[in-house]
Amino acid sequence: MKLLKQQAPLAFAFMATALVLVGVFQSWSLSLTILNYCLIASIMSLGLNIQWGYAGLFNVGLMGFAALGGMSAVLVTMKPVPEAWAVGGAGIGMGIVTTVATILLAIAAYRRLPKGYVRGWGMATVIVLGYFAARYFFDPATNLIESVNPAQTGFLGGLGLPVWVAWAVGGVLAAGVAWVIGKITLGLRSDYLAIATLGISEIIIAVLKNEEWLTRGVKNVNGIPRPMPYEYDLQQQVWAQEWAVWFGADVQDFTSIYVKVCSAGLALVVLLVLYWLSQTAIKSPWGRMMRAIRDNETAAEAMGKHVTGRHLQVFILGSAVVGIAGAMMTTFDGQFTPTTYNPLRFTFLIWVMVIVGGSGNNLGSIVGGFVIWFFWVEAEPMGYALLNFLTSGMDADSALRAHLLDSAAHMRLITMGLILLVTLRFRPRGLLPEQTARTRGH
Amino acid sequence: MHDVLNAFMLLSNFLIVPATAYGSQLALGALGVTLVYGILRFSNFAHGDTMAFGTMSVILVTSVFQSMGIGIDPLPTALLAIPFGILATTAMVLISDRLVYRHQRKVRAAPVVFLISSIGLMFVLNGLVRFVIGTGDQRFSDGERFIIRFGEFKKLTGLDEGIAFKTSQGLTIVTAIIVVAALFWFLDRTRAGKSMRAYSDNEDLALLSGINPERVVMITWILSATLATIAGTLYGLDKGFKPFTYFQLLLPIFAAAIVGGLGNPLGAIAGGFVIAFSEVTVTYAYKKFLTYLVPESWAPEGLVQLLSTDYKFAVSFVILVLVLLFKPTGIFAGKSV
Amino acid sequence: MSFLIGQSMTGGYGGADILNDCTIAVERGEIAVIVGPNGAGKSTAMKALFGMLTIREGAVQLEGQDITHLTPQDRVALGMGFVPQTNNVFTSMSVEENLEMGAFLRKDDFRATIEQVFDLFPILKEKRKQPAGQLSGGQRQQVAVGRALMTQPKVLMLDEPTAGVSPIVMDELFDRIIEIARTGIAILMVEQNARQALNIADKGYVLVQGSNRFTDTGEALMANPEVRRTFLGGK
Repeated sequence: MKLLKQQAPLAFAFMATALVLVGVFQSWSLSLTILNYCLIASIMSLGLNIQWGYAGLFNVGLMGFAALGGMSAVLVTMKPVPEAWAVGGAGIGMGIVTTVATILLAIAAYRRLPKGYVRGWGMATVIVLGYFAARYFFDPATNLIESVNPAQTGFLGGLGLPVWVAWAVGGVLAAGVAWVIGKITLGLRSDYLAIATLGISEIIIAVLKNEEWLTRGVKNVNGIPRPMPYEYDLQQQVWAQEWAVWFGADVQDFTSIYVKVCSAGLALVVLLVLYWLSQTAIKSPWGRMMRAIRDNETAAEAMGKHVTGRHLQVFILGSAVVGIAGAMMTTFDGQFTPTTYNPLRFTFLIWVMVIVGGSGNNLGSIVGGFVIWFFWVEAEPMGYALLNFLTSGMDADSALRAHLLDSAAHMRLITMGLILLVTLRFRPRGLLPEQTARTRGH
Repeated sequence: MHDVLNAFMLLSNFLIVPATAYGSQLALGALGVTLVYGILRFSNFAHGDTMAFGTMSVILVTSVFQSMGIGIDPLPTALLAIPFGILATTAMVLISDRLVYRHQRKVRAAPVVFLISSIGLMFVLNGLVRFVIGTGDQRFSDGERFIIRFGEFKKLTGLDEGIAFKTSQGLTIVTAIIVVAALFWFLDRTRAGKSMRAYSDNEDLALLSGINPERVVMITWILSATLATIAGTLYGLDKGFKPFTYFQLLLPIFAAAIVGGLGNPLGAIAGGFVIAFSEVTVTYAYKKFLTYLVPESWAPEGLVQLLSTDYKFAVSFVILVLVLLFKPTGIFAGKSV
Repeated sequence: MSFLIGQSMTGGYGGADILNDCTIAVERGEIAVIVGPNGAGKSTAMKALFGMLTIREGAVQLEGQDITHLTPQDRVALGMGFVPQTNNVFTSMSVEENLEMGAFLRKDDFRATIEQVFDLFPILKEKRKQPAGQLSGGQRQQVAVGRALMTQPKVLMLDEPTAGVSPIVMDELFDRIIEIARTGIAILMVEQNARQALNIADKGYVLVQGSNRFTDTGEALMANPEVRRTFLGGK
């Protein structure tokens, strides 16, 4: 426990060394890509830690919130498709109005009608009728939109606003969905929140995969605007060419690395800002109250603290952070691919990051983000190298050998699982445990 | 009259029969989950991949049998392999309990730690299954595919619409009935079963009565592994095996268990059917059905599908949300919230 | 040599000591009652006798055998029965199943014992198939006591058996307890209703702050002016 203060810098030094090794033995471009993703993963893990570490909320729907962020990147920064708007804009608009009206009517029915069957059936009727009314407007509109130049667009496009707006909107959108889910499931068992968040994230992904008029579905959206310069443009610049020579690399490599360094810098700034905000929050009276609630909910309730309300706040904030990270990721990728959103890679991997890094400790979750993402990416090549070495004695054409080498990819799932289990068994509080009054300042 | 019968046949073939089969599979899955929840008091997120592991074992043994020429035509060979699959899965589950959960029980860890551990196990199982059997689609059913074919049925009844009763569907329903009956007999009539109910009801009093907790835990895992293997195999025989599908089944399975009342076996079964029927009912295209029933001029143009099949698990989710909003303890009031 | 005796028990749940040099004993066929103000350590003393908490000092002996380090389950096997104050039945299981669970440790045929319990508590026979959770408070207490009797214990310990029941039910319960004692079983009871309990007690222990304050027969304690004044609200 005495090593707490030194452990964080130690972990980062270790990470830096690892990344340098990757740069040397594999490629610098790869090393920087890993760094970029590490930073984004750390932001997501920070968001989860806010929910889990501060309030003990079990959110298993991170994938959905990240996807919402990605969707925001598309909807905010892509240029609008005028023909699509002309053809379907009105229909979509009416559909949205109808949906909102239905919801308001349903709420009004809930409040006005007498309890019991009347209210239940009344609300059901409103919702069913409203659903069909909305579909009446949506269906033809979406069909029309999707038929506008399906190969290139086939969707509404975005608003053409700057990138940072997209990131902010990503956070807001995620916060909104979190509010709805939170309202329904908080105050119930943590298992229920887990299932509900799992469900909502699957639905979000399903919507994104199927509603082509929104984000082109599985046709993906390419060419998403980004704040860093494009490699191709850079390669034309004289100063870039000169610098490349000076570094002893060719222009393509140099520009690619340069761009990655830019994005890493950007991500780092966002991470540091969010980290600073989180740390301030946790040290504030609000933060202390949150932890008091987490440690003894009944006592806190007895003292008049509105526990569910606080949980909702935390849930929204954490989800917003994940949304921002999701938007950043899509921007950096330059493309939005709904099929890559896979719960193991997103939701559960981030859980491993938080648990291994140290739940309740913001710095810990960042460390966890780095370490786990690094292993996730490197497990495959390292596993492959290891298996290659182990099977080097075998016949070059052996089917078993081929099968083993093919499966290196699956090894990382097993590795992640084992890392999580070992951590829970031997170091349940993670690499950087939470700093309580007892452990701090020694 | 003819039209009404036709409409009914249509509904039976595309809705009632598949939903009943699917409901049985979900019920068996939900039973495994609800048992673990009721007795070990945590939500086992690894259950989906346990089902995958079980099915994988059965597939491997089935292919061995098939290559040896052993079979029980017209029934699928997989049925012979199920006991072996159960053995393998039970061993795996007991080993993971010994290595992972037993420590958590000893240190009296919070239920959420068990949940996270189950996620770790989920990763390992997921990777293991993909590693051993690959990620491709596996069809391992053999034997007679249909109990009664479409054409045969139409000939028998003289209607335009028939029912094709697949062997896998019939098998699912029959097996589910047998398994559920056996389970309830075990829980209601045997000393061991009653001790498990007692332990689930009131742990302290059960310990006081001399009930051995480790034995109860062991029996729970054995039952859970058995149910998982059978459910997974039946699902795989019906719809083919792909490792990823079992993870996706987690949502409807848990929804079924929660809707029925977590910890209540009867609830798990009821929940399974509620979810299955809702999913199929809402995503079914009623066009043909309505066409049979209403006069020509009213015949619908569109598919009349409430929700596209891509969104079928949105249905489980919505039902789950409704239950959580209005009756969180579920239909049969399982463990309290 | 007392049948069951907890001698000079000192200890608590981990922090401060709740019991201080406390001695409780009971003989076969005897009804011993532990009374005292709230927080005096009455339930704690009984739990110490049953092994649900470890005592720092002192010893517990049953029929001369030292059982201080045995687990509660082991003590049940040796013939001790315990009826907790709350959560003392399996609410989702039928009355009959509750009794069956009570006899879990027995290897022999316990049908005869179930009949004995039904003789003692006739209403349970009537409701044998009903889930215990659906019974009234008093009937549930009967199930709880019946469950503990299924191991044919030599000592029966009850933690506030009449808590929250109406006076009529309380009287009935005490009548039953006397009947049980008559069969030769030693009864140890913690009670809040001091007056009624001491009425039927052969031996009474008044505990204050974890130590014995008064120890005497039930009658004598009832007559003791100090005891009456402090605990019995009498003149």
